[in-house]
Amino acid sequence: MSAILPLRLEDVTFAAGGRIIIERVSLALEAGPSTILLGANGAGKSVLMRLMHGLLAPTSGRVAWSGEGARRRQAMVFQRPVMLRRSALANVIYALEVAGIEGAERERLAREALAEVGLTDVAQRPARVLSGGEQQRLALARAWALHPEVLFLDEPTANLDPGATREIETVIKAFDAAGTKIVMSTHSLGQARRLGDEVIFLHQGRLAERTPIERFFPQPASPEAAAFVKGELPWA
Amino acid sequence: MLDALLSGLRLVATLDLRLWEIVGLSLAVSLSAVALASILGLPLGAAIAVGRFPGRQAVVVVLNALMGLPPVVVGLFIYLLLSRAGPLGQLGLLFTPQAMVIAQTVLVLPIIAALSRQSVEDAWREYEEQLRSLGVEGLRGALTVLWDIRFSLLTAVLAGLGRASAEVGAVMIVGGNIDGVTRVMTTTIALETSKGDLPLALGLGIVLIAIVLALNAAAHLVKDAAQRRYG
Repeated sequence: MSAILPLRLEDVTFAAGGRIIIERVSLALEAGPSTILLGANGAGKSVLMRLMHGLLAPTSGRVAWSGEGARRRQAMVFQRPVMLRRSALANVIYALEVAGIEGAERERLAREALAEVGLTDVAQRPARVLSGGEQQRLALARAWALHPEVLFLDEPTANLDPGATREIETVIKAFDAAGTKIVMSTHSLGQARRLGDEVIFLHQGRLAERTPIERFFPQPASPEAAAFVKGELPWA
Repeated sequence: MLDALLSGLRLVATLDLRLWEIVGLSLAVSLSAVALASILGLPLGAAIAVGRFPGRQAVVVVLNALMGLPPVVVGLFIYLLLSRAGPLGQLGLLFTPQAMVIAQTVLVLPIIAALSRQSVEDAWREYEEQLRSLGVEGLRGALTVLWDIRFSLLTAVLAGLGRASAEVGAVMIVGGNIDGVTRVMTTTIALETSKGDLPLALGLGIVLIAIVLALNAAAHLVKDAAQRRYG
């Protein structure tokens, strides 16, 4: 299998209802470094990620993956996971079935994925009665089972308490260690530092800057990012 | 009046054969019609909910309007189709229980399709991004959502059953209200009332209401249990 990365965005613009939400963004995402999307509310983080993942089509410009079959080799975890009304295990199996995995193989992969995120004990419980943190880990298990080359995460811990957040971050690190490219938006600068290698900073739908994480926080290159970091960390 | 009511209750309590034959046929006809209409209407509603095609809005409006089809008009339409000179006259179905099933299916199908269309569309808003992200498209998405909200769809099916078991006009016209062959609860109530035989009419009325109540209660319990089980 050839790699689907790098992903190239060429002059991507997205407008809805007469409003420009993403404006002429060009960038390339390579395999390796974990990429964090930062920006204020409404900066376009979620929309940009949906454009990359193919859930939205750009109004103009191009989103191009390098290899064949990109659709099947990427996964996304949303802020609020949507689970089907069946067991946790069956939710993972469903994803594998859609991906065209053979019947016998599905359950083995699904159980392996549940073990990876620490949900083996609740495999038979209905997914919708699990706690918020467990449902988000189940969403990660669903992605894990597919062995994606790229994993998009849209503020995956926005609704979770610190304990659940830590568990989610542990799983995200495991994805990274297994060679999956992480592309994540977050509002937590601490989380960005813990998980990220580089920052893509959006301001009003435009790419304001792209900087390695260790340089972004002490000295962001753009005035918008500087104001953002200062606003978020007023004591710094 | 009170006498008639007591006689009616006695007919029910003594398991009067004539009364229970009528009840049995009513249930057989209406349940068959609702089963057929569900098999056709639930996927149809889901497909319209999830599909994006030209004229979709018009289809939704027409479907909603068809929920209010007058039973006598449906009866007349099916009568014309099935009558000897009609296009399906060869089948010899007029004045048989099968004709009644066909008429009630036509009557109930828009109700089940329109209500399930609404439920699936509401659910689809929640599921769409997640399912598309997993690579689920088209028909598979519609069926996944349909199955996932199956307990909520009981309401749509029950609305259809309520309509089928309560209507007189369609079964009267295509069934002919023939004693022992096509006589059902509603047509009997209409006939016996006009003849002045109130006990049988009242007895059937009581049974009809009890059946509808029992089915709704059962559906409610199933939905409730499912809600607690699956969230």
